[in-house]
Amino acid sequence: MNMKLTGYRKKELAWLYLFVAPPVLGFLIFGLTPMLFSIFISFQKWDMISSPTWVGFDNYTELFKDEKVFQSLFNTVYLMIGIPIGMAISLLLAILMNRSIKGIAFLRTMYYLPVISPIIAVSLLWQWILNQDYGLLNHLLWNWFGIKGPNWLGDADWVKPSLILIGLWGGVGGNMVLYLAGLQSVSSTYYEAAEIDGANGWQKFIRITLPLLSPIHFFVVVMGIIGAFQSFSQIYVLAVDGGPEYSGATIVYYIFQHAFKYFNMGFASAAAWLLGILIFIVTLIQFKFADRWVYQD
Amino acid sequence: MKYKKITNYWALLLLLAGLIFMIAPFIWTVSTSLKSQRNVFEIPPKWIPDPVSFSNYVEVWGQAPLLKGFMNSLIIVVVVLTIGLFVAAMSAYAFGKFDFPFKGALFLGLLGTMMIPYSVVMIPQFIGFSWLNWVDTLLPLIIPGLFGNIVVVFFIRQFISGALPNDLIEAAKIDGCSFPRIFWTIALPIMKPALAAQAALGFMGIWNDFLGPLIYLHTPEKQTIQVLIASMQALYIGQSNYPIIMAAAVIAMIPVIIVFFFSQRYFIESLAISGIKG
Repeated sequence: MNMKLTGYRKKELAWLYLFVAPPVLGFLIFGLTPMLFSIFISFQKWDMISSPTWVGFDNYTELFKDEKVFQSLFNTVYLMIGIPIGMAISLLLAILMNRSIKGIAFLRTMYYLPVISPIIAVSLLWQWILNQDYGLLNHLLWNWFGIKGPNWLGDADWVKPSLILIGLWGGVGGNMVLYLAGLQSVSSTYYEAAEIDGANGWQKFIRITLPLLSPIHFFVVVMGIIGAFQSFSQIYVLAVDGGPEYSGATIVYYIFQHAFKYFNMGFASAAAWLLGILIFIVTLIQFKFADRWVYQD
Repeated sequence: MKYKKITNYWALLLLLAGLIFMIAPFIWTVSTSLKSQRNVFEIPPKWIPDPVSFSNYVEVWGQAPLLKGFMNSLIIVVVVLTIGLFVAAMSAYAFGKFDFPFKGALFLGLLGTMMIPYSVVMIPQFIGFSWLNWVDTLLPLIIPGLFGNIVVVFFIRQFISGALPNDLIEAAKIDGCSFPRIFWTIALPIMKPALAAQAALGFMGIWNDFLGPLIYLHTPEKQTIQVLIASMQALYIGQSNYPIIMAAAVIAMIPVIIVFFFSQRYFIESLAISGIKG
């Protein structure tokens, strides 16, 4: 702009900066500063009582020596098995719901109910359903199929499958609504053209529906992985102290334990950075490869 | 169209079968919460409790300051949503409708914050707030929310840049309307549906939040409902007193479910607005 700023424009600019100031300030105070401070703490040994001492990279080397780090990372990644399963179920539900039947709105609401339910309450109710001796699930398994159900949350081999099951129950409704919105925006002309060419239902699904929904697949995968990396609340309730043999602890649970149970602030910050960098790299890779398979119009 | 009708019936049948799996846990929870501790381990399990007893609710209510917990959660939700949404609306308006130096850089920087996981900032934030002596108060859960959530800013910006025609702003300018007045009398009313959608989503997010409240709130009278309910488990799981724990779970769920049933159209609308499409 070469013109001299008019009085009005000057005033307007002042207002504009005032209007955008709060989130920018919020970012500086509660985002950037803590982040930089966190890097600094990660090189210290500090319990918040005595004064911090500089230990260089000790926290990081210690981190890679702790088996529990790898265990919790493994657990966290294991839980991501639920993402593709959940996507398939959500998409199926969305396709089933994408038609005008009476009562669909009610069904949609009911499927969405677990999504908005408080995760703590949901975890408590599943803890009871998954109880080995008196839980509803094992009772039904025995009654209907004659299967003696496992000790879901008490057996190191079954904790993670249990968590995935609970995650699916609580999550499919959310992605279903996303897919439903996606399906409703697919133009019917694609299908009409395919029908003229003699495509059957399955071909239409594979060649049209799936690729056209790819922006939603992408969104669900990216958000799902970020969410899985940060899962905590259900672990806190369902896998007390990390569960049997630490089989249920996620990386955030590990960080939480070290920070707010042992008050090992430096070490916990180093672990938090490990997580932060992992999330960053994984998300970056996903965006990098996005244009190979995500369809944009 | 007979073929279509038949597939519709099949779809409905499958959805109804799935529905059982989705709602059975809720029904089972309510049913358990109405049983007495003696009857809860009956085999086969009974779906309809006999006798029905509300004593678990009375006991849970007496055991923990749940009313306080509701109030604490409510205070956080109301303050953060009213101020936080208003502030987010202001910056969304500025980012969405105007040009100013460094706009792109500022907005991109803000979007970058979405990449920072809470676990990275939670430790330094905790240290900072404990220096201010704010631990065991609601302040660490309220103050950061007042600066406007960037996801909300992004969402409203998307909405307003399409919904509010530039001509309208220009006309108001010519009529001598001041900048804040244009925002207040023209932009804000147009934003209403987007704000309502974000309020509904925000309510659920803040009400159900657990990690933050768990870190900061230690005295039961100061805890949010979620933290209180989680501590019920520690108290009663040793005695396997599931009816009481389920009563606590039901109490925690009721407000959210009520709000959801009244606001569910905003959830759907928020998807339409966010522009996620196939």
